[in-house]
Amino acid sequence: MTKKKVVMDAEGIDRSLTRIAYEILEENKGIRDLVVIGIREGGVCLAERIAKKISNIEKTDVPLGILDITLYRDDVLSTAKKPKLGKTDIPFSLDNKKVVLVDDVIFTGRTIRAAMDALMDFGRPTLIQLAVLIDRGHRELPIRPNFVGNSLPSSLWEEVSVHLAEIEGIDEVVIENI
Amino acid sequence: MRLLLKGGRIIDPSQNMDATMDLLIEKGTVSRIATTIPERKGEKTAVIDLTGMILTPGLIDMHTHLREPGHEYKETVQTGSEAAVAGGFTSIACMANTEPINDNRSVTEFILRQAQAAGMARVYPVAAVSKGEQGKFLTEFADLKDAGAVALSDDGNPVMDSRLMRNALEYASSLGIPIISHCEDTNLSAGGQMNEGYTSTELGLQGIPNTAEHIMIARDIALAEFSNVSVHIAHVSTAESVRIIREAKKRGVMVTAETAPHYFTLTDEALKEFSTNYKMYPPLRKNEDVEAIKEGLKDGTIDAIASDHAPHSSIEKDVEFEYAANGIIGLETSLSASLILVKENVLSLSQLIEKMSTNPSGILKIPGGTLKAGSNADITVIDLQKKWIVKADTFRSKSRNTPFEGRKFRGRAVLTIVGGNVKYSILSLPGRKI
Amino acid sequence: MKFERKDILGLKDYSRDEINFILDTAESLKEISTRKIKKVPTLRGKTVISLFYEPSTRTRTSFEIAAKRLSADAVNITASASSVVKGETLIDTARNLESMNPDIIIMRHSAAGAPHILARLLKHQSIINAGDGAHEHPTQSLLDMMTIREKRGKIDGLRVALIGDIAHSRVARSNIYGLTIMGAEVALCGPAMMMPREIDKMGVTVHNRMEEAIRDADIIMMLRIQLERQKNNMFPSVREYAKLYCLTPDRVKMAKKNVLVMHPGPINRGVEIDPQIADGPYSVILEQVTNGVALRMALLYLLAGGK
Repeated sequence: MTKKKVVMDAEGIDRSLTRIAYEILEENKGIRDLVVIGIREGGVCLAERIAKKISNIEKTDVPLGILDITLYRDDVLSTAKKPKLGKTDIPFSLDNKKVVLVDDVIFTGRTIRAAMDALMDFGRPTLIQLAVLIDRGHRELPIRPNFVGNSLPSSLWEEVSVHLAEIEGIDEVVIENI
Repeated sequence: MRLLLKGGRIIDPSQNMDATMDLLIEKGTVSRIATTIPERKGEKTAVIDLTGMILTPGLIDMHTHLREPGHEYKETVQTGSEAAVAGGFTSIACMANTEPINDNRSVTEFILRQAQAAGMARVYPVAAVSKGEQGKFLTEFADLKDAGAVALSDDGNPVMDSRLMRNALEYASSLGIPIISHCEDTNLSAGGQMNEGYTSTELGLQGIPNTAEHIMIARDIALAEFSNVSVHIAHVSTAESVRIIREAKKRGVMVTAETAPHYFTLTDEALKEFSTNYKMYPPLRKNEDVEAIKEGLKDGTIDAIASDHAPHSSIEKDVEFEYAANGIIGLETSLSASLILVKENVLSLSQLIEKMSTNPSGILKIPGGTLKAGSNADITVIDLQKKWIVKADTFRSKSRNTPFEGRKFRGRAVLTIVGGNVKYSILSLPGRKI
Repeated sequence: MKFERKDILGLKDYSRDEINFILDTAESLKEISTRKIKKVPTLRGKTVISLFYEPSTRTRTSFEIAAKRLSADAVNITASASSVVKGETLIDTARNLESMNPDIIIMRHSAAGAPHILARLLKHQSIINAGDGAHEHPTQSLLDMMTIREKRGKIDGLRVALIGDIAHSRVARSNIYGLTIMGAEVALCGPAMMMPREIDKMGVTVHNRMEEAIRDADIIMMLRIQLERQKNNMFPSVREYAKLYCLTPDRVKMAKKNVLVMHPGPINRGVEIDPQIADGPYSVILEQVTNGVALRMALLYLLAGGK
């Protein structure tokens, strides 16, 4: 039996992203050396939206990158089927940059661990910060996001999905029993 | 000691016989065939009930390689002749490409001694046409015949020199000993791994064209026709070869021919997995060739079926396809594979026996091929219903290189009698003794 | 789409989806080679052995770099194979390698079907065929298709001319399989002695004159001619071969305006390809080499682990 519950709608998502954009600017004291990198698949559109909001506020473009962390996953060879590889696109050096990593949901923290490893191969950033739309708890690694849209304590039997207009045609966050 | 075979269906093409009869063996020869032969009291007679079985003149495989002397790790006269009786063969001819080559009396006599000691099937050595099968100098045909060779052949190393072949054919004819020709133009076939055609193109293996075979068949027929002598063509495999032989026979050329079971049961598509157990010379051909071979068997163009039993060990076969030796074993599958022809209505049972017994005996001028009273009691008993699955590990042959591994066959030899003695049986024997 | 093969032996029985999946994966991996740190940790602890029975610089180096960029341990073995000089048998070599627990074995051999022996024998190792006799060279064809797809956005419907020694070419066979599966139209041309029997049944057209084969071609693939074949009367002279089958500027003009010229390398300048063309704007020969690394990374990635 699956039960679907919408926990965030389009307006909620947008308000959270706006707040996160301001928090990023506040925390980093402006846009200087700032880059935004979205983690495939869920973080890409959110990173784009956040970057756009920052650009609108600061009237300057902020560099935007895309990161696929599959090759850095700690379970990449233990599954029988290989996940489809997405393209990584970080067309700039990360040396001395302030990197804001963006993902949709933080859960065990393993994805972020892989992402940080991957970022190190692109240079030596001054710092890495993490922005997520949803923090659903159950961390397995000592990782804490800097910017959170919504903390949503969930049970392990639930699935939290972020649907975005760019892909699913609708902005919403839903919880399902599985 | 007498042996009475009761109630079998006797098929003897030499006497046009196909009837359920009893057959009595006395002193190693066929003494009598009659509707009923009573068991006489007072005399020791072993009786075997063969109801439901086919009883035929002992099968003759006129083309085998026994590898002794020289390659005893592949086969010996002992194991080869044991494999023969297990396959229903009471007589086999073995080719000369041993080491040393059977090109002189001492090798011929050695093989015969080994056969005597083995005491299984009768073994008839075929000696080489040229010394060392080098294609340069003739061997001593008369001396070899005197020593016991029944035919001459450079099988495996074909005689390319047409002049030498002409001399061999004429000389052999004058001495009354047949020549068996392995027809292969070695310039055309050089480097070839398999039949040349779509499959070789797909696999990237160098092909052996059909022409490499039938150009030489045409040559040998031309030579035989010119000199008015006979020639026997070994292992015919192509449609064009069948056509050339058919037309020669029509003209009255004294040509006979044999094919092997794999040329009417398998095609070159079997090679797709690069299995070396399908590698032999001539190579497996295309479906059109298989059909033409069957047609040639049916209309009498092809006189005989011989296995071309060619044992090789894993040393020669468990290697890259290109490096693997040519040849497959056949003694223990030849009859079962050939019975497919009967099932497919290509041949009658009697015609099949003719090609596996009566005709080979005639071509090689050796005893056998008949159950006429007074002839050797060489008899093969066939159970047409017997189902079996080929497992090379259980073969009597030393080698395992069969293309039929795992194949389900119906029909096989169940009792092989040589000179009145049972040499192989999977019947419950000896029945009852009086 | 799932990639569930144990080995990569040949393209003959591949599906269009499978080939696209491999090419997609390779495209994603291509970026790694442009980074400052050209390495990802994916195949850490995996051992990749290349077992080459034929000399090769390009393919072996390409595989080795691919393995190393994925953090696998790469070991090269150069073996000598000959039916005359009998060394260790292939099966013994395979069992010895197996005992050292490698994960992937990349094999090149002059005998067609040799990698298939390894693939059958070794249950826990993946075998990649890096060229077996005149049979298949799947990784070359895949990198060729990757280059075509990258440059043209598709393969379906393109006209590809394949010129040279078709009979002895494993590159030709793999490309005929691969390209026809992907929907390309393949036109062949080469000396009659080098055109294998019944090749038209593989879904290609065969042309006597090179001009016919390359007319309106989107892609021209030149095959390497082995000059030793002259000894077996496979062609009368290099001069005559070049006269009939060399890709010259005049001949290139007969193809489409944006034609791509490809060659699996190493090239014989002035024999099968005019230097002006090899170094000219149509040539994607060096892009093929670059893509070779990404493509081979993709195959190592897809085969490693999770069996």
